[in-house]
Amino acid sequence: MVGAALALFTLAGIADSAVARKTEILHLLKHDCGSCHGMTLQGGLGPSLRPERLRLFSEAQLAIVILHGRPGTPMPPWKPFLTEQEALWLAGLLKKGIEP
Amino acid sequence: MRLIFIALLLISSAGQAADCLLRGTGDLGIIIERAAGSLKVVDTTHRKELFRVKGLGDLSHASAVYSRDARYAYIFGRDGGLSKVDLLCGRLVKRVVQGGNSIGGAISQDGRLIAVSNYEPGGVKLFSAETLDLVADIPATQTPKGKGAKTVGLVDAPGQRFVFGLYDTHEIWVLDMSNPQAPQLTRFKDAGLQPYDGLITPDGRYYIAGLFGEDGLTLLDLWHLEKGPTRILSHYGKGKQQLPVYKMPHLEGWAVAGDQTFLPAIGHHEVLVVNRNSWQATGRIPVYGQPVFAIARPDGRQVWVNFAFPHNDTIQVIDTETLKVIKTLKPGKGALHMEFSPRGEEVWISIRDQDLVKIFDTATLKQIGSLPADKPSGIFFTARAHKTGL
Ligand code: HEC
Repeated sequence: MVGAALALFTLAGIADSAVARKTEILHLLKHDCGSCHGMTLQGGLGPSLRPERLRLFSEAQLAIVILHGRPGTPMPPWKPFLTEQEALWLAGLLKKGIEP
Repeated sequence: MRLIFIALLLISSAGQAADCLLRGTGDLGIIIERAAGSLKVVDTTHRKELFRVKGLGDLSHASAVYSRDARYAYIFGRDGGLSKVDLLCGRLVKRVVQGGNSIGGAISQDGRLIAVSNYEPGGVKLFSAETLDLVADIPATQTPKGKGAKTVGLVDAPGQRFVFGLYDTHEIWVLDMSNPQAPQLTRFKDAGLQPYDGLITPDGRYYIAGLFGEDGLTLLDLWHLEKGPTRILSHYGKGKQQLPVYKMPHLEGWAVAGDQTFLPAIGHHEVLVVNRNSWQATGRIPVYGQPVFAIARPDGRQVWVNFAFPHNDTIQVIDTETLKVIKTLKPGKGALHMEFSPRGEEVWISIRDQDLVKIFDTATLKQIGSLPADKPSGIFFTARAHKTGL
């Protein structure tokens, strides 16, 4: 991922800030998503976000849940803190499986 | 040969004893290191670390209770692990993985039973405090999806009882363990939509469940179970848009000052002031974010509040006489938990993102010290050993 980011951006400054942002999002995933989904994403008040469980969702569907939440449940919308691209990237990581 | 062998044995057992401390535990505590799956045993008088104990599993949502002799801490981990730690020897005595996904636990009035509440499979399990052997298993009501409902807000209550909520099936259960061989259950249905946490008043009389699915809370008088649960503070958020909740509030730690109690309002930037005789809201105090913990200094003169993401870099102090915020502190990002010294002159606050526990003087509201800890979350002092509901 880091490699891809570096390749994409020729300006070192932009690459650095992109990498820093990804670190920030991973931190958010571990600690803030983790407070409901478990720090290892095995589930808590919210369901497990391990790839086995997310198989039936597409990345786009997951990104929509992340951005808009699920009204009527404790899953909050993360739109104020994540862009669409970032949510898609996160959804991709979840589907692939990540140990934050 | 034999003599030498015995001498060696003596030396090695003496060596082991020397690793353990000979002292009281009344001023000790533990700090949970949530990412490392470890904890620190600390001496609060000298503000120093005594031991670090590792191998406690996933502690992302850990809580702890103490044995009544305040020597052992029982830690409930997210991965269903129940660990017993000896504070004087800095050692993990025993660890069992008792369920898939646990959220908290409690110790019985007589100190002999540890109860653990689980998300998956939902239910409560009871263990011998001494050996951690399973004593009883109380599965939760099945949801339509065929899973046990998540059990939440587990507390101990007088009469060798435990009280907890069932998030998915909207129930409150009272479990009487007077006879460990024959657990007695009292189930209250329609006890409020989606209870997410609960607390018991320090006298052990009232159980209060916070509700995610409706405005208000549920009150159960444990002196009069026949009356069943009643709703209190219905529509306290009426006319106001509930905000998205980025971290569920915790009702542990009953903040009480005289007749007033203080509760975090879910989905609002407010602390509710509630009269504990009438159970009516008598005020709401606007605060910086959505409160997670609202905890009273032991003398009741101040209430300290921390907040959910993205406001979790801030702590506010409320004066319970004027009901005003008298101080806004910015101790750092990830201010997750606060614990007062037994008589309240100090408060220890874990600052996750700085890998520090910061210590504040509660009279001057100034920082007076700090201790390093790896992604600290919960802080639990041994004074909890003798308090109902903690
Ligand atoms: C306050 C608690 C809470 C927080 C914080 C939270 N979630 Fe959730 N999340 C839930 C709950 C509860 C559900 C299940 C909703 C339902 O019942 O359909 C859920 C559902 C989801 C789903 C859909 C999965 C499924 O099986 O339905 C995804 C994806 C998800 N969350 C991702 C995230 C991410 C990513 C974050 C952090 C940026 C996050 N959540 C933070 C509570 C939370």
